[in-house]
Amino acid sequence: MARRVAIIGTGHSKFGVRNDVNIAELAYESIRQAIDEAGIEPGEIDFAFVSNVGGWSSEPLPAVVALEYAGLTGVGTMRVEAACSSGSAAIKAGYDAIKSGEADIVLVLGVEKMNESPTPTVVEFIGRAGNYFWEFQNFGLTFPGYYALYATAYMAKYGATEEDLCKVAVKNHYYASLNPKAQFPRKITVEHCMQSRYIAWPLKLFDCSPITDGSAAVILASEEVAKKVTDSPVWIKAIGTASGTSNLSRRTDFTHLEAARKAAAMAYKKAGIDPENPVKYIDVAEVHDCFTIAEIMAYEDLGFAKPGEGYKLIREEQTYIGGLIPVNLSGGLKAKGHPLGATGISMAVDLSRQLLGRVEKGRQAPIKNGVALAHNIGGTGHYAYVTIYSLDKPREA
Amino acid sequence: MSMDLSVPETWRVKGPLYRLEAARCKTCGRIHYPPMPACPYCGSRDLERVTLPSEGVLESYSVVYAVPEGSRHKAPVLLGLVRLGRVRVVAEITDADPSELRTGMEVEAVLRRIRSDREAGIIRYGVMFRPKLKGGSRGG
Repeated sequence: MARRVAIIGTGHSKFGVRNDVNIAELAYESIRQAIDEAGIEPGEIDFAFVSNVGGWSSEPLPAVVALEYAGLTGVGTMRVEAACSSGSAAIKAGYDAIKSGEADIVLVLGVEKMNESPTPTVVEFIGRAGNYFWEFQNFGLTFPGYYALYATAYMAKYGATEEDLCKVAVKNHYYASLNPKAQFPRKITVEHCMQSRYIAWPLKLFDCSPITDGSAAVILASEEVAKKVTDSPVWIKAIGTASGTSNLSRRTDFTHLEAARKAAAMAYKKAGIDPENPVKYIDVAEVHDCFTIAEIMAYEDLGFAKPGEGYKLIREEQTYIGGLIPVNLSGGLKAKGHPLGATGISMAVDLSRQLLGRVEKGRQAPIKNGVALAHNIGGTGHYAYVTIYSLDKPREA
Repeated sequence: MSMDLSVPETWRVKGPLYRLEAARCKTCGRIHYPPMPACPYCGSRDLERVTLPSEGVLESYSVVYAVPEGSRHKAPVLLGLVRLGRVRVVAEITDADPSELRTGMEVEAVLRRIRSDREAGIIRYGVMFRPKLKGGSRGG
């Protein structure tokens, strides 16, 4: 019998350049918090899924390294990878393990230490989320270049401007300024952003998420366990998944991410959310703003705005608290930081705390429906995960 | 990062890279670039090699300033999403000033050196696109 799955504990490290710790110490900051919050004994954990993209850190295969440091040696484990959406993939793996009855308590850890390699190496490696050998090696396509092709096509088709893109960065920096875990907890202005140097036209430095060290963790539990250990579980209501073509040139449209649309449709269907009007059901969302254009496309792919009208949401400040739907109140990938493997789990941590009314003043969304959404993309719509979290127990497991 | 271009791999891709060779599925009609031995959409293995048109339309573009190590001297790199008939190709745009790029402009394929693998390594050539010449009057 399928079973319901709840988040019973959350942990989140400070994001940033974390040269003060090694990868195991960084992971432990989140593991300890999550286990403490859950109120369980480490020995009760049945399995640990470790989300990590790796390649750039001194420990490219860090699952057992992190577990040993945390005193969890002996627990079954694996590393999970789905590019920048690895964290959400690991949550899905943990969810499936509990749902199926294979496990009762699962640790889902995301950890990434990206600053141990030089920036160009990291940027090149992220670009490998696509069809690297064909499109990068032969044609010079870089990761910012991928999203820049979308930005150019979107702006040309719908009339969005570089200022509109910058407004996404301004919003996310504003909320990061209220989040002490953020890499860049400071405000910026549209002028700051517009004056920053071009990385891949029309995307500027302030349109891009940074290179980040960080960790995040959640403890997932079956309904039976959750009932015993907590009176405030956050349920995983639904998960939608999809993938896109590896070659960018095989995409049919460059103004949206088809995989994100598919994942959203799947998640909404499972959660009983009307895809025509999802904002009526959702209190707060974290979306994958690796580049500012990605947040605007996310508005549309998730149905918060009609195709071609996503940029108007940010122009009219509808994704601030008090608007149509608040988005990225953590600061987003843009300003909270984007430690790839930790990002999806960081979304789960922040949204759980949002739903429970536990985040810092000024960035707490009003919670009416008790429903939150995470949109986590790997590559340029190569992987897509949309996860719905809720305070109410899902009707069906 | 060094390139370490593989000699066998360079040999395998010479058709599509030098001559824009693609594969057309004889069952469903889809065209695949780079070419494939089987159609991932309909499953057919009955494909024929076709050559893509060398002239097309620029559908999107970027001017990449943050260029990976090894290609820094080429910065900024003009990057284009080019439609060639029913197929799209992502490729570098050459012989153009960033300010003249427009979505919808006509471009044509040229063969250029795309990478060289350090001093003793191989040199790879391939297709780039340039703004379409009008009556051959364009200089350079």
